[in-house]
Amino acid sequence: MQQIINFIIRNKNFLLFLLLFGFSILFTIQSHSYHKSKFINSANFLTGGVYNSANNVSNYFKLKSQNKLLSEENKKLRSLLLNSKTEVDSSFIDSLTFGKSYRFYSANIIKNSYALNNNVLTLNKGFNDSIRQDFGVISSKGIVGIIDKTSGNYATVISILNSTSSISAQLKKTNHLGSLIWNGKDSKFTQLIDIPKIANVKTGDSIITSGQSSIFPKNVPIGTIESFKLDQAENYYEINVRLFNDMTSIEHVYIIENVNKEEITNLLSNN
Amino acid sequence: MNSILSIHTIRFIALVFVQVLILNHINFLGYINPYIYIVFIALFPVKNNRIVLILLSFLIGITIDMFLDTGGIHAGACVFTAYARPLILKSSFGMMYEHQTIKFNSVEFGSKLIYFTLLIVLHHIVLFSLEIFSISKILLILQKTLFSSIFTILLSVVVTIIFSRKTK
Repeated sequence: MQQIINFIIRNKNFLLFLLLFGFSILFTIQSHSYHKSKFINSANFLTGGVYNSANNVSNYFKLKSQNKLLSEENKKLRSLLLNSKTEVDSSFIDSLTFGKSYRFYSANIIKNSYALNNNVLTLNKGFNDSIRQDFGVISSKGIVGIIDKTSGNYATVISILNSTSSISAQLKKTNHLGSLIWNGKDSKFTQLIDIPKIANVKTGDSIITSGQSSIFPKNVPIGTIESFKLDQAENYYEINVRLFNDMTSIEHVYIIENVNKEEITNLLSNN
Repeated sequence: MNSILSIHTIRFIALVFVQVLILNHINFLGYINPYIYIVFIALFPVKNNRIVLILLSFLIGITIDMFLDTGGIHAGACVFTAYARPLILKSSFGMMYEHQTIKFNSVEFGSKLIYFTLLIVLHHIVLFSLEIFSISKILLILQKTLFSSIFTILLSVVVTIIFSRKTK
């Protein structure tokens, strides 16, 4: 017993180092798996508050460009409103007529991130604003990410620029499905994999969400095809997608709640 | 003693705020960011208890992680650097470390630069290995380490020169 205590006292530095390093590795591994990071996230009172007050200041410098984006979006929505008879099949764009199944909330991004391998954003809306895990987040130009953790007034978003994110997407022309992932290299591009070889893929074609995941509605724009090649087994295409969104400067976003989500997940889990 | 304590508290808070509010938004050439909070570990008094340094490094790392949503990569890198610091001190200052007489304000510039370089490169290698977490992307790890290290070394040397008080 004496010897064990002596050993601990003699190596206390090393043991403390091992313990803390072990904790760090544990947190790191947890953050790599989806929805696992429990303690260390920026949706808490301290970090959210700091980011919020910093954002209050930095907002002013972006006012002009953000106003321009919003007025462009207003223009688009107004033209849709006037020509609404021609656009009746889209549940996303015309949320008035199909408004029953999707609810929209607006929010601001108070921490953006795009240079890491696993990027996570922070929003200024949280649990008290009825934001919950697995709601979709889009901007006026296209897809942004999925809500991960929420606290009272803040929420974190797993960006599409995150190597753990995988979103169901499809070609706009044909209904061939694939999953949207990110290889961690360039914030302008994401990758669409598992598109079958039989699909007619052309550069410049649009990619949209498929609406099969109960997170995003169909027809949310993602990007255009920049380049494509067959994968190693030569059965599926790997497509490089140029995003519509400039992920390095996004401010106003919309959070989408699928009202029927519970019903869908219950149905799936019963099978 | 009291003034030393308050200096380090202020330094801790100031470095965290500067890091998360300013330096993490630089993204020079898309991904190069300086990680200047390492200065806290570098300038921690040599005579103080090693356990205190390791605990405080973990604390500063986990605070940064919380702000950046990065799991535990900064905490891991900081703890590793803090544990390895005596070795680096010995190799860069030699005899002065043996006699426990280092004052960071008054050491030669050359050995100070070597000390900072060793510490920062070590920190960055651990940091980016944990961030990318895959051996197949070792080139990306080395590339990020190289460029970010250069940026951090420059900035931390400049900062220590600006904020150092001449003690005569």
